[in-house]
Amino acid sequence: MEAQIPIHLIVLLPLAGAAINGLFGRRFSEGTIAGIACLAAFVPFLISVQAFLALQGGVAAIAPAPLFTWFASGGFKVELAFLIDPLTSIFTLVVTGIGFLIHLYSAKYMEGDEGFYKFFAYLNLFLFSMLMLIMGENLILMFVGWEGVGLCSYLLIGFWYQDHANADAGKKAFITNRVGDFGFLLGIFFILYALAESGKPLSLSFDDLAANAGVMAGLATTICLLLFVGAAGKSAQVPLYVWLPDAMAGPTPVSALIHAATMVTAGIYMVARMNFLFVQSPVAMTVVACVGAFTALFAATMGFLQNDIKKVLAYSTVSQLGFMFMGVGVGAFGAGLFHVVTHAFFKACLFLGAGSVIYALQHEQDIRRMGGLMKKMPITAWTFLLSTMAIAGFPLLSGFFSKDEILWKAFANQTTLVPGWALWTVGVLAAMCTAFYMVRVFCLTFLGEYRGGGHDDHAHGHDAHGDHGQGHGEIHESPAFMTAPLVILAIGAVFGGLAGLPHWFPGHPTNWFEHWMSPVFTAAEGLKFLDNTSLELTLMAVSVALAASSASLAYYMYAGGGRHLPAQLAERLKPIYTLVYNKYWIDELYQAVIVGPIKAFSRFCWRVIDDGLIDGALVNGTAGVVGLSGRLARLFTSGDVQRYATVLFVGVWVLLVFWLAR
Amino acid sequence: MDNEASSPFPWLTLVTWLPLLGGLLLTAVPRVNETLLKGLAFGWSLIVFAVSLPLYLSFDATDAGYQFAETAEWIPALGIRYALGIDGISLFLVLLSTFLTPLILLGSWTSIETRVKEFLICFLLLETAMIGALVSLDLFLFYIFWELMLIPMYLLIGVWGGANRIAATVKFFLMTAVGSLLMLVAMFYIYQRREGPPSFLLEDYLGLSLTLQEQLWLFGAFALAFAIKVPMVPVHTWLPRAHTEAPTAGSVVLAGVLLKMGTYGFVRFAMPLFPDATLVATPWIAGLATVGIVYGALLALAQSDVKKLVAYSSVSHLGFVMLGLVAMSTQGVSGAMLQMLNHGISTGALFLLVGCIYERRHSRQIADFGGITKVMPWFAVMFMIVTLSSIGLPGTNGFVGEFLVLAGAFLADGPWDLRWYVAVAATGVILGAFYMLWMFQRVMFGPLKNEKNKVLKDLNLREWVVLSPLIVLIFVMGIKPQFMLERMEPSVEAFRKQATTSRLPADDTEGRARIAEIRQRKALAAAETK
Repeated sequence: MEAQIPIHLIVLLPLAGAAINGLFGRRFSEGTIAGIACLAAFVPFLISVQAFLALQGGVAAIAPAPLFTWFASGGFKVELAFLIDPLTSIFTLVVTGIGFLIHLYSAKYMEGDEGFYKFFAYLNLFLFSMLMLIMGENLILMFVGWEGVGLCSYLLIGFWYQDHANADAGKKAFITNRVGDFGFLLGIFFILYALAESGKPLSLSFDDLAANAGVMAGLATTICLLLFVGAAGKSAQVPLYVWLPDAMAGPTPVSALIHAATMVTAGIYMVARMNFLFVQSPVAMTVVACVGAFTALFAATMGFLQNDIKKVLAYSTVSQLGFMFMGVGVGAFGAGLFHVVTHAFFKACLFLGAGSVIYALQHEQDIRRMGGLMKKMPITAWTFLLSTMAIAGFPLLSGFFSKDEILWKAFANQTTLVPGWALWTVGVLAAMCTAFYMVRVFCLTFLGEYRGGGHDDHAHGHDAHGDHGQGHGEIHESPAFMTAPLVILAIGAVFGGLAGLPHWFPGHPTNWFEHWMSPVFTAAEGLKFLDNTSLELTLMAVSVALAASSASLAYYMYAGGGRHLPAQLAERLKPIYTLVYNKYWIDELYQAVIVGPIKAFSRFCWRVIDDGLIDGALVNGTAGVVGLSGRLARLFTSGDVQRYATVLFVGVWVLLVFWLAR
Repeated sequence: MDNEASSPFPWLTLVTWLPLLGGLLLTAVPRVNETLLKGLAFGWSLIVFAVSLPLYLSFDATDAGYQFAETAEWIPALGIRYALGIDGISLFLVLLSTFLTPLILLGSWTSIETRVKEFLICFLLLETAMIGALVSLDLFLFYIFWELMLIPMYLLIGVWGGANRIAATVKFFLMTAVGSLLMLVAMFYIYQRREGPPSFLLEDYLGLSLTLQEQLWLFGAFALAFAIKVPMVPVHTWLPRAHTEAPTAGSVVLAGVLLKMGTYGFVRFAMPLFPDATLVATPWIAGLATVGIVYGALLALAQSDVKKLVAYSSVSHLGFVMLGLVAMSTQGVSGAMLQMLNHGISTGALFLLVGCIYERRHSRQIADFGGITKVMPWFAVMFMIVTLSSIGLPGTNGFVGEFLVLAGAFLADGPWDLRWYVAVAATGVILGAFYMLWMFQRVMFGPLKNEKNKVLKDLNLREWVVLSPLIVLIFVMGIKPQFMLERMEPSVEAFRKQATTSRLPADDTEGRARIAEIRQRKALAAAETK
């Protein structure tokens, strides 16, 4: 059974799609290009479903023989081999499934763009890299995918490269991620070191690593913290989150696919995949949970005052990724991953919804110039609303189940070195903020009166990439190519929670999702959690009530009777407002403390140390001394190189004769 | 081919001297007929490449020793022999030389406008010298070829170079010549120190027992010669100047092959000849290599001239090679070997690409460009691929070498713990992305503002032909480097054995004590942690 599923095609078909469109796409029609690209996403999805069903049927894991040996050196060997186990299967379904929907959507969204073929080639290349990341059977292949998705992200953020801001954002993403990769690499080296020291074979395949996890116990904290630096880079956690908001410069489908649903969850995947190491180090677990919790709250506050619809969603993504890390950090791997899945649905839906609005408004992204779109774009509005409710944790929607599972597990955990209630409190505050800023965005975009349009010239403003052939002024619902994915994703956002109904839910004694994942997390079985269902339900009620009240407050302030309040509050709380509005000046801080000094230091190295000291004093100085003594001896006066050369060679032969004469 | 001493057909002699023969033939062609001259030289270099392929095809991957070996008496009185041979270490460097030469000749088809005939002859002479240096197994013969490389290179920069070429040539020549002279002196020292019939044969010296004091001096002399060539910090300052002034052809061959002569010299001569000195010097070399990685990257970051940026990036990349070599683990040394080839291909390609836009715009200032992707889309694709290869993206050739070097140094197979060096060196991975992508952005992205840039034409057929093989190799070596690694490994193991086996004489108690002390370091450190 298992041997027949060609899982390597899941990875390779998108690569083929990328190659075909990249090399020949220039000559194809847009329909052909999009068709090839969509097919290269859809067929892998079908194979992923087949693989999923096989696992359901009782196969433990699908791990065909390696395609070939990538490289080998002195007992260290890296095979090109793929693996699908329960953890991977969930990710392949999300990546290929949502990936396919976003490909469809893009076919319309990118219509008429001069880089159409390039866009789809990059998108397919991204799928390839992402699938390599999650299906690679060893840590090196994961790293390959890791760097590959970083590259695609770079290319797609800077897709409209003629604007320096976009190109800057792409570069920033790549370099920030490289900081993370630095940690990832050193983590790998420490693993190899631990294996070498204990005489184990230098194999980085996950099976072998899990089997040899014991010998890494002494270095577990070091290894895990280094790996987590990589995870924090890729998944935009404090302090490496700064690239993600800027990454919104890319086309909106890219933001939905790469910067919301899939790539940015790679860090969570990594921690989950390496769970057998992380559980050996309570320190590392604590750091993961705390960074996650802090990021969840910190990023959520930055979402409050953003006026660019995509920026709000970006900070929201950073914040939600924080929730996921809090989950895996307290040892609730299943809960953290469940949030990855539900978030993929509602956040992709939100981004695509935002894209639909941006498309309809001719590239307007400022929510202050939106409003009243509910009537004009009902499908977009309703799907956006459902996803907003899901992310805000509205009872029984998908986000409710996944987020509350994390919050409870954070409260109940007995692994981290900080008390569970502290993590829970931070998480609940973050959830309140989430409900607030999401409702704010929804109200400003879809409710009230339309505030854009003919009044100022901005409405017809920067049409960054060609015309969609729409008449100006009239705002329409987006075409079916774009709304169909919205509807499907919204269904997922509403009902996705059914896959992980908690143990207290009537008629569901076990959480299906966690049960499904459990074979991957055998190492984490020993982790202890409080078991108190009534406390769990009480806390949940508290968090729901708090989120509901903050959502109501947001509605009141932005769509109800309190619409004068935001301006008043801004005036009252000027210092705080300015601080948050400017995102705590973190970007400026990094620029001043890290980037600027590096550039200044590099110029110093060049001008002062290299040209001045080394070349000037050392090299020319030596030559000068030689030249001077030469001149003193009246041997040379010309200083030309032929003369020097002649003398050097004569000298050599004199030496030679001298030695031979001995 | 058999692993026995002699080869039935003198392939290496043929490959070595064929380019020079071509150069001699060119002298007979009238200088006015430039197209014919260029065509002949290009065609001839292609034949040389074809002739070098059997070296790969018949290479015995299981054999660590020298293959295609040839020996003949040359100056019997002094024990100087014409001894050639290749192993897994030199094989690919020879192929790299024969592979790059036709590409370079085709690449400079239009950029060399004066003294075309001399240029071509010069270049073919250079090819003979490079191959000769790589296949020589006699110290004296090696030295002849080593110095012979200098002359055409000196002319390439001095005659066909840019405005400040004379100053650059003088610096290049003097720095490298001073280093090689010290090496020559060291060679004579071991020559007279050795007992038995006179010989310059390398293998006759691999068993030579020298005191630590002697080894340190001799190693110092050899190492200085090679370090200048690599170049290692702080004797690297000739490189950016030579690169900036050299014509594209000069830069490509300099980066592609000549710099490797330095690292090759360490592997073939300095380290196996003086193993105990190598051990003592390891932290120093590793330190300079690590400094070079970071410092070279920082210097590259500061540059406003694309070519100079690439030149400084070489200092950084070659630092990785040296770090891998002194690590002495299989992964480190194999990675270093691979990294030499990678650098030859990626940096060679970068210089060719820079040459493409220089020919069009007569500028290499980053500030003069911007938005070039718009007018030169295929150039942009190739430039991007080469840039990614240069920053070691997995899937391109840069990754495997860099990874093996760093992992190999982390697992350093000796008494020295190089983990901290690796931690610092790995920041080069971040800085590399920083300077390359920043440069790429400023040249290729952004609005196309400069009027002069709006009329630039995309790559022509000739440039396609020059660049495509390099792009293909970037991927082939990135995806299936095994065809190289498996041929290198036996020789790498042999090298490791030679370069780590102590050869101190029994009466050198001082030296023995020092080596013993170093060898205990790791055991002591391990005991301490427990």
